Amino acid sequence: MSAVTVQSSVLRVLRVVVIVAFVLATVLPFAYMLSLSFVRIDDMLREPLRVLPALDRITTDTYRSVLASEEDGGYGFARFMRNSAIVAVSASALTVALVVPASYALTRLRFAGRSQISWLFLAVYLFPTIIIAVPVFVGFQVLGLGSSLVGLVIAYVALTVPVSVHMLRNYLAGIPESIDEAAVIDGASRLQILTRITVPLAMPTIMSTALFSFMIAWNEFLFALLFLSAKQELWTVSLGLTRLADGQEVSKTVLMAGSVLLTIPIVLLYGLAERALTEGLTAGADKG
Amino acid sequence: MASKLRHHENRDGITLVAPVTLVVAAIIVVPIVWTVVLSFQDARYVDVARNGLFNELTLENYAAVLTGPAFWQSLLTTVAYSVATTVGSITVGLVAALAFRDRFRFRAPLRAVMLLPYVAPVVATTFVWQVALNPQYGVVNAFGTRVLGWEHPVNFLSTAPTALLTVIVYDIWRYFPFAFLFIGAALTGLSREIEEAAVVDGATPLQKFWFVVLPQLMPTVALLVLFRMVMAFNEFEDVYLLTGGAAGTQVASVRVFEQLTGSSDIGGASATAAVMAVFLGVALAVYLRVTARQREA
Repeated sequence: MSAVTVQSSVLRVLRVVVIVAFVLATVLPFAYMLSLSFVRIDDMLREPLRVLPALDRITTDTYRSVLASEEDGGYGFARFMRNSAIVAVSASALTVALVVPASYALTRLRFAGRSQISWLFLAVYLFPTIIIAVPVFVGFQVLGLGSSLVGLVIAYVALTVPVSVHMLRNYLAGIPESIDEAAVIDGASRLQILTRITVPLAMPTIMSTALFSFMIAWNEFLFALLFLSAKQELWTVSLGLTRLADGQEVSKTVLMAGSVLLTIPIVLLYGLAERALTEGLTAGADKG
Repeated sequence: MASKLRHHENRDGITLVAPVTLVVAAIIVVPIVWTVVLSFQDARYVDVARNGLFNELTLENYAAVLTGPAFWQSLLTTVAYSVATTVGSITVGLVAALAFRDRFRFRAPLRAVMLLPYVAPVVATTFVWQVALNPQYGVVNAFGTRVLGWEHPVNFLSTAPTALLTVIVYDIWRYFPFAFLFIGAALTGLSREIEEAAVVDGATPLQKFWFVVLPQLMPTVALLVLFRMVMAFNEFEDVYLLTGGAAGTQVASVRVFEQLTGSSDIGGASATAAVMAVFLGVALAVYLRVTARQREA
């Protein structure tokens, strides 16, 4: 047999093995999370290898106890989820409101400082977030925004802006400028061009930018830890889960239910907009 | 009318960009400058609260950082961690992208599933890993001791050097989808004609990959290396959530965090961060130089 046929048949088999291995590696941790969230804690401690609970041993008490408020003997995740939702929705709305005009200006208008601004946005990534987080926290304390959801939202907007500008700018650069020029000849003002032409044309990318910043804000942990540790009634889901996991008193299966609640909104959103998100992120990457 | 718009272009541009720029400047640039200033001061929280930025200037922090063994140990850990996760996640992502290159049934939904580790909340996935790897009740150790015949459960996250290796494996798991996504996009952009010509000339599949496909992917890979290195070098959440920086996993940003919260040594923490940023900046400059020269050659 020639080298070509040997390699081809080996690779054909290997490819199937690799695909199966990858799918298992990505799915199993999530399956483990979901399954353990329905297991009774004593079953898990007695029989750690039995990941799937027997049908008559399935429990939903984990969810009841993690969602119930502290007054009702639970861990208050319903409130944490509400906090997370408030923060993530506001951060993503604000990001879009700020980023759309900026990306429009960066692709369409020539103005002083245009090229410097792109560099400024990249500076975010050169320093660890922790070093940005502490001065921001101290500054916000002085302004009275320290332990508040408002402060957290502002910080998240700054964190998501650089990626969002990048995504939107790539997309806007692909819309022909002649459309704008035609509108100008018809007597449209800059604001009219932006709201009546650019925004409707870029709507899919604007939506994926919004989703992306929602996900960053929902998943974020470090700023929440610094800003809100002392105020349990303001905890986000991510912070609540880590705070409760640090102690010994909350059972792991209850926290698994918490992890599921933390993950589900993200997976749902991602499922809805997977195509738009991945295309927005990799825009321009196939041009080499 | 058109000329009037042109005339206002500069003013309009600045107006439209100003809000974003102000937010980024206030939340990111000011804190960075603040950090650099504080790194030259012997400052604790009380001093900063009382005097703001106007404390006595000193080089002591830098002297302490550069002469103490803890910093160099942490730098070494950070470099090892960054290189291993970068190379690992990109290699794994490349393998995955190649396996998913040709059509098969359920390719689109499975590709979406492969991105889950990257999009899922880091707090949730680190928690699942912690439970799965736990020596008492984790499924991995239960499987290892009962099925694979390990003599003892392994303390994956609390003994050196296993802890660092585990964190690296976790991060390869979390970040390979990112490389998978970008290399996959680059692969769809490649023209198949050159490959077909190579096949006609008798190239084996491996030769085709090595001499035809891989060279065309190199610009994407180079960009990914750059991006992942910078992110890994400053990584905090993954390490902090998995091990808390214990058992030989104290990377730089976790060390900075501990200096800030544990010993409230703002000056020292700032100096550590500044030295790390300089180190990263120099490494980046060298990397860009080398890749630019290779592109010319």
